[in-house]
Amino acid sequence: MLLILLGVLILHLIILILLIVSTAASAWSVGGDRSTDLWYSCMTTNGGYHCKPASNEDWIQAVQALMILSLLFCFFSLIAFLYQLFRLVKGGRFFFTAIFQILASLFVMCGAIIYTVMCPDDGSGVQFGYAYVLAWVAFPLCLISGLIYIVLRKKE
Amino acid sequence: MLTFLALASVVLLGIVPEQSQAIVIYTGWERHALVGSDIRLSCSFFSWRWTSEDVTFSWTYRPDGSRDSISIFHYTGGAAYVDNKGPFRDRLEFVGNPSRRDGSILIKNLEFSDNGTFTCDAKNPPDIVGRPSSVRLLVFEKVPIQAGVITGAIIGVVLGLLVLIVVIYYLMRFLVARRVFSLSVSKHGKKKKEGSQQRQLWTPPPLTCYPLP
Repeated sequence: MLLILLGVLILHLIILILLIVSTAASAWSVGGDRSTDLWYSCMTTNGGYHCKPASNEDWIQAVQALMILSLLFCFFSLIAFLYQLFRLVKGGRFFFTAIFQILASLFVMCGAIIYTVMCPDDGSGVQFGYAYVLAWVAFPLCLISGLIYIVLRKKE
Repeated sequence: MLTFLALASVVLLGIVPEQSQAIVIYTGWERHALVGSDIRLSCSFFSWRWTSEDVTFSWTYRPDGSRDSISIFHYTGGAAYVDNKGPFRDRLEFVGNPSRRDGSILIKNLEFSDNGTFTCDAKNPPDIVGRPSSVRLLVFEKVPIQAGVITGAIIGVVLGLLVLIVVIYYLMRFLVARRVFSLSVSKHGKKKKEGSQQRQLWTPPPLTCYPLP
């Protein structure tokens, strides 16, 4: 039992760390002379390498919001898990934790999909960076973790 | 000691007003506007002296990418002189109030070529030492959404919904608890009513006595 608990908690912490790195690191698309990330859009002109905040477009702001929301909901579900661990009746299910975790996975999925669809195709060798890959990795992990919480029951 | 204090205060009173006699001019920092719209460029100043009758305002314009400025507006001696030969002819209007230290101008029907820096210089004799202040005009086809407005809106709405759902959940629990309480009271009342009705319905049959034959 303790092993399962530890495993579930470690999985949750790994998901939280993945989400934090993916949201904070501005490495969603890399390469070429113009890169549009989540927080900055940089371009190399004749004068040098200029970065300005990538905030003028609607879809990037939506992706920013969804990533931040998924991070917040993952954090809320961690707190709800710790709370329900000590206060739940015996035999009860971790519903709040599961709901928040599944919502977090939904938000990550929406954010990653919007970024994939709306990412500008420059065609000059712009590839997806590691933060984008981390977001796609975090989504199924988050979903699985949420489903585990639905199945989990508090024993004594 | 007293003489020293008196001397010091006289010296301070003598120095301080002279140093603070610079005029300070205020304009905006940057202005955004749509093509074809009007924009009001505000200019006001702060001065330790009363507003004199010889107060002057002058605006100059330097297009983006150019090094030369051209003068487009001048107010002096109670009369305003607007640009009648340059890029703003027939488009410039004086909407300020010099007696209230306001030297704002209105530019109508903006074009893309109006992008540039506008500098306001005000003088309030004898207070003439000061730095002119500049405002940058940016003309857009479509005013861009400011940074983070949509992000903040989405986050705020979702968190607000979350709080609303939690509040409604606890409210429903509270209300259901109260309804259970009132349900039992009404059941009790119903039972009582039924009981009394039954009692009323059940009137003892009239007893008639038949005499024994």
